[in-house]
Amino acid sequence: MTNKTVISATDLSLTFQTNDGPVHALKDVNLNVEKGDFVSFIGPSGCGKTTFLRVMADLEHPTAGQITVNGVSPEDARKARAYGYVFQAAGLYPWRTIGGNIRLPLEIMGYAKSDQVARVKAVLELVELSGFEQKFPWQLSGGMQQRASIARALAFDADLLLMDEPFGALDEIVRDHLNEQLLHLWKRTSKTICFVTHSIPEAVYLSTRIVVMSPRPGRITDVIESPLPRDRPLDIRDTPEFLEVAHRVREGLRAGHGDAV
Amino acid sequence: MMRNLAPILTVVATLFVLWYGAAVALNAPWARDQAARAGQELGFGALVAETWSQDKPKLPAPHQVAAEIWKTTGAMVLAGRGFSKRSLFYHSWVTFSATALGFVLGTALGVALAIGIVYNRTMDMSVMPWVIASQTIPILAIAPMIIVVLNAVGISGLLPKAMISMYLSFFPVVVGMVKGLRSPGAMQLDQMRTWNASAAQTFWRLRLPSSMPYLFTSLKIGMAASLVGAIVGELPTGAVAGLGARLLAGSYYGQTIQIWSALIMAATLAAGLVGIIGLIQRITLKRMGMS
Repeated sequence: MTNKTVISATDLSLTFQTNDGPVHALKDVNLNVEKGDFVSFIGPSGCGKTTFLRVMADLEHPTAGQITVNGVSPEDARKARAYGYVFQAAGLYPWRTIGGNIRLPLEIMGYAKSDQVARVKAVLELVELSGFEQKFPWQLSGGMQQRASIARALAFDADLLLMDEPFGALDEIVRDHLNEQLLHLWKRTSKTICFVTHSIPEAVYLSTRIVVMSPRPGRITDVIESPLPRDRPLDIRDTPEFLEVAHRVREGLRAGHGDAV
Repeated sequence: MMRNLAPILTVVATLFVLWYGAAVALNAPWARDQAARAGQELGFGALVAETWSQDKPKLPAPHQVAAEIWKTTGAMVLAGRGFSKRSLFYHSWVTFSATALGFVLGTALGVALAIGIVYNRTMDMSVMPWVIASQTIPILAIAPMIIVVLNAVGISGLLPKAMISMYLSFFPVVVGMVKGLRSPGAMQLDQMRTWNASAAQTFWRLRLPSSMPYLFTSLKIGMAASLVGAIVGELPTGAVAGLGARLLAGSYYGQTIQIWSALIMAATLAAGLVGIIGLIQRITLKRMGMS
């Protein structure tokens, strides 16, 4: 696998004009994400981590600076369907079965019927939901619904997965399980993943790189290359290496936040 | 079932008691008058019997209305003339056909306007005030004009009445559907955007299905409004046929029993039609997982 830059941001800024004056959601953000990376964005609320992800997805427009996704503008990348986006809520349509929900983007993108069937089957297997194709969302637990929404983002040919606190609403046990599954999935599909979270263990456990951000103005305070191997059993979280990375993330968050934390 | 039955029967019984009581109170002066002219003295029992059996009472008693309804529906069916021009079935059918056509037209117009309002900024800013203004005009004032104008251009019969039905029934549909088509959240719309979905795809796959609960609520109100529109539309047509015509003819000749039986028939028709929509709503929303 040749190293290829998937996301490249240079002096990226985004200012929202509000009635209380301008809000600097992002200020002079510089970051490169390479192909195959698992990059986590962590920071307190208002640090611009979600905004940054939305800029990558062309859901927000930067007010200054440059950003490319797969070498083109976010808009062109979105129109080329270059990424799958997983929101905080599963957002499955109640009137569609799990299979029907996963088929939705495929229908929109005009995949052939036979291809749709094969892809739905394949991604359901990937997120361990085989046999649930004909079930309706309300028949599934919250964790299973979120897995279905990840399957939906994986169903079409996008090498980039943007995830905005996908496990934020789930309990700790389900979350651990899904984190483990996500790592398996990342290894099997060799996708590039950008992952927004506010959980330090989650960020350290999942990522090859951890981007620590801080608010007012939203900016990057530290980028940590993880020394952890790519194969990570859950109990890696008790090793000294893991704790050291977690400690550095915590330090980064504290530095960015003044001495308030 | 039994637990529901008791309160329902209690309410119905109360209504009948109030109705019979009111019939006695309202019809008593006439009964006393008649008795005085004939030089008779009426006891309480005789008075009550008299107030419940007048030919043209101020308020007919329930059994009188029921007898009249039976005479003009079931009895005529048994006589093989269920669809003669004196049958309430015939008049209900006339009113129903105008109601149904007006309801379909009104729903189509309402949905079309709602789509325009949701997708077109100019329409969003300009149409709604007119829609609301249209409903502030008393329908009784505008109905004869619609009939007269359409008659002048050679349109008569069913369509003018259906137009009045449409005029009343499109309003709840517009209001409900604008809200319904706008009900998908920002996240769901963003999601469609990440898939680069076209406006048509977003409409058919997200906005329209999301609007279904709102649509059905609007349709129920629209159906009832349609029926009112059709009855009002029958009043100025010269009162030939339809429940509205029965009401008008009844009031010309002081036939209060006929008026009340037409009213009850109209209410039954409305309840039936709204009930059918409610049933379709239950089945559809259940199948869509939205109930």
